[in-house]
Amino acid sequence: MLLHHTPYKTYEPFIGPFDPCPPIKVKAYSTPPNLYIQFQPPGWEQFSPAEALKRGTLWPALYSPYDPKYMLNPGGMGGKEGKR
Amino acid sequence: MWIYEKKLQYPVRVSKCDPRMARFLIEQYGGADGELSAALRYLNQRYSLPDKVIGLLTDIGTEEFAHLEMIATMVYKLTKDATPEQLEEAGLGPHYVNHDRALFYENAAGVPWTASYIQAKGDPIADLYEDIAAEEKARATYQWLIDMTDDVDLQDSLKFLREREIVHSLRFKEAVEILKEEQGKKKFF
Ligand SMILES: [Fe+2]
Repeated sequence: MLLHHTPYKTYEPFIGPFDPCPPIKVKAYSTPPNLYIQFQPPGWEQFSPAEALKRGTLWPALYSPYDPKYMLNPGGMGGKEGKR
Repeated sequence: MWIYEKKLQYPVRVSKCDPRMARFLIEQYGGADGELSAALRYLNQRYSLPDKVIGLLTDIGTEEFAHLEMIATMVYKLTKDATPEQLEEAGLGPHYVNHDRALFYENAAGVPWTASYIQAKGDPIADLYEDIAAEEKARATYQWLIDMTDDVDLQDSLKFLREREIVHSLRFKEAVEILKEEQGKKKFF
């Protein structure tokens, strides 16, 4: 029903030859599912009530993970797109 | 009117004694993109919006107050037992001088909350686009807060709050869809 989207995207900022500090080679930003939805269609799959209370949403398709370890070091944890 | 339930929307457990984090969390209490701004923005804008979306702003504005309580709980837990020296170490010396350990509506830099953080243009599209932007900014703030702590319990509550911003953002987007819809046209999903 819904295309799968990666929760993070990455880019490689320009690194100058005279930068004073060790460069961050890869930067990541969060791209949560709401970006890819215009209007929620009827009949979406739901989490169980307990699971929904824990995750902050009733809808698996609206759940967005956030992993600070990945966000702060996207270069060190695999490919270009966030794997999570 | 409101009915008050004497419990938090989501449990707040703080496991690490880290008053420094209180200073950062205050950003979501009295900062530009914080929960107070959010609640007051939506609960004020709703009066002059089309009927179809007023209920949404009432619901979300109300929920923002529930988030405000969660942030207050975190800040309180992190500061209530701190000595003035510990507070100073955490960058909260000026706060202590001005407020003791009381909470105050200010941002992480100590700037007091101001109504100029929020807007009501009267134009429904302008107002809803502001609301969408506010939700995305709040989501980002929660990300940077999560980055600043290694307390997994605190992170857990912050991740819940971040997810709520994502849900709110989509709901405001849907409100725009409702208002922009050509009148008298059939809907297809
Ligand atoms: Fe929100």
